[in-house]
Amino acid sequence: MIKESFTLRGVEFKNRVLVASGTFGYGNEVKELVDVNKLGGICTKSLSWKPRDGNPPRRIVETPSGMLNSIGLANVGVEYFIREKLPYLRTLDTVIIANIAASSIQEYCDVLSLLEQQEGIDGYEINVSCPNVKEGGLSFGTDCSKTREITARLRTLTAKPLIMKLTPNVTHISEFARAVEEAGADAISVINTVIGMAVDIYKKKPKLSTVTGGLSGPAIKPIALAKVYEAAQVVSLPIIGIGGIMTAEDALEFLLVGATAVQVGTANFIDPSAGVKVAEGMRSYAQRFGVSDLGQLVGAMESNKEFSVLQSWL
Amino acid sequence: MILQHVAPVVSNTLIAEGIFLLTVEAKDIARSVRPGQFVNVRSTDGSLPFLRRPFSVSNTRGDLIDLMFNVVGQGTRMMASRRIGDTLDVLGPLGKPFGFAGNFKTAIMVGGGLGVAPFPILTRQLEEEKKSLLTLLGARSAKHIVAKDLQNTQIATDDGSAGFHGTVVALLESSLQSKALADPKIFGCGPTPMLKALSEFAQRSGIECELSLEGDMACGVGLCQGCPVETSHGSRKYALVCVEGPTFNCHDIILR
Ligand SMILES: Cc1cc2nc3c(=O)[nH]c(=O)nc-3n(C[C@H](O)[C@H](O)[C@H](O)COP(=O)(O)OP(=O)(O)OC[C@H]3O[C@@H](n4cnc5c(N)ncnc54)[C@H](O)[C@@H]3O)c2cc1C
Ligand SMILES: Cc1cc2nc3c(=O)[nH]c(=O)nc-3n(C[C@H](O)[C@H](O)[C@H](O)COP(=O)(O)O)c2cc1C
Ligand code: FES
Repeated sequence: MIKESFTLRGVEFKNRVLVASGTFGYGNEVKELVDVNKLGGICTKSLSWKPRDGNPPRRIVETPSGMLNSIGLANVGVEYFIREKLPYLRTLDTVIIANIAASSIQEYCDVLSLLEQQEGIDGYEINVSCPNVKEGGLSFGTDCSKTREITARLRTLTAKPLIMKLTPNVTHISEFARAVEEAGADAISVINTVIGMAVDIYKKKPKLSTVTGGLSGPAIKPIALAKVYEAAQVVSLPIIGIGGIMTAEDALEFLLVGATAVQVGTANFIDPSAGVKVAEGMRSYAQRFGVSDLGQLVGAMESNKEFSVLQSWL
Repeated sequence: MILQHVAPVVSNTLIAEGIFLLTVEAKDIARSVRPGQFVNVRSTDGSLPFLRRPFSVSNTRGDLIDLMFNVVGQGTRMMASRRIGDTLDVLGPLGKPFGFAGNFKTAIMVGGGLGVAPFPILTRQLEEEKKSLLTLLGARSAKHIVAKDLQNTQIATDDGSAGFHGTVVALLESSLQSKALADPKIFGCGPTPMLKALSEFAQRSGIECELSLEGDMACGVGLCQGCPVETSHGSRKYALVCVEGPTFNCHDIILR
């Protein structure tokens, strides 16, 4: 028997693979196709206080080994979520993480407080890193003191796992990791999408309605790995690695550089069972190489820190 | 119920300039798909192109489904090179089928380019429901016309090389002027500018009209919110083409 599980503030995840916010809807869209109970957890689409229409089309552009999106946090709003989506999520035998996005600190607090009163939510992931909205999103996530303040405020409101989702669009993600650890976060999710753009040379216009968008998929995996590695050098809280994971091999790279768990995002669009397959593949790897607990792989990469350029500014 | 099939390719033939008819065996999809629904196809075994590509189910025969596609880019090029014995990873059936509401007697199918793709399966169902049929197809030229398994077909070409010289919507206007049809309902499919013109014509003439939209999709199953179309009423600004469409009543959406 291989130990695949891990715990975060008393919540047990049956394995180390979650599905990423915004890439798995509210969990019920593909229930016929995927045995979601085989996932370690589900992060909901970002929830805001009021429903959000999202950005005008075009919202999606395929790019080399990935895609740009500019969804703009289109979501049903927290009240509708509680009424229409949560009852289904409650029936599942997997960890449910409510992802929250907001345009003010008060809104983060209001959404979380309302969710606190509900049954069926195991923890929170706080999106301070959406690149596709004018207010909130990145303007919080690139401001270290605001990120710290949001974390500290939310910490006073919940005893459940509080996960801060960080953006790679900063110079030193390690500073943000340190700030949220000090402010009481239980874990960090690294990374949200990377700002990118694409241009239609015939129309001489940006392909996305919002000019820039968020890049995801295998194209960002090397960036994500470096960010997880960087954060892992300075904090001791668990890191959830995200970015371009398509296979178990990808996920194992994240564990080795220091991630306790991973999230599978864009891969769900190509194969909604991608997360389940990644978890199965990690189990096979453990079997094959005699790893009795996947936790043994976390941060187990051997590296010569002497040559690491990172060290000079950590 | 949505299914994922690694479907064996049964045939793949060039049927008009740059247009292929690809037949795969996908039993459960073939048995449950309704006219207007689509499948999301993984055109590669590797990693490029990265995302799946949506295609209308053109027809079914027993356990087989036909896809009719235009070679426009990398994905469709790879689909064109599939041979008998290869497989194709398809997810479906997806989306909302064409609506048959209303007491119409005559169905007018209006297709622009590969908008003709869903018409064979739609024709079959309309025949079962004993409707009169009129099919209007618009294409760039005579070489781009596919009129297989359709009824009572008229053609419009941009260059005048076959049939009416002009757009398919202009052809519709002129044929309705010359001969009024009993209780008509329009079923339209094609590129957005054509659907916009068709929708305007239908609303002006007070004819019921269902449209099947094309557009960018990442997932095709409602996971990503990537496929909005503007709604004309109600509390939400956008509907999702992949799950609330691709077919819509023309009164419910605004095309730009
Ligand atoms: C619900 C639905 C059903 C569809 N059914 C069919 C069908 O039955 N037969 C068929 O041939 N096509 C259909 N399409 C369009 C088809 O999905 C695209 O042509 C295909 O994705 C192109 O893939 P590609 O990799 O070959 O081209 P890409 O490399 O993705 O694009 C090549 C060129 O085609 C253009 N293009 C790409 N997608 C579209 C699109 N959706 N509409 C207009 N131009 C586009 C691009 O802008 C680019 O210039 C459908 C689309 C939708 C949303
Ligand atoms: C279409 C799309 C929508 C997303 N929506 C959200 C969101 O609502 N909230 C959030 O925190 N992250 C969102 N993300 C970011 C993902 O959760 C993830 O961090 C990112 O895509 C990188 O992982 P990947 O390469 O595996 O997709 C979204 C990503 C995509 C592609
Ligand atoms: S294509 Fe993903 S929601 Fe429609």
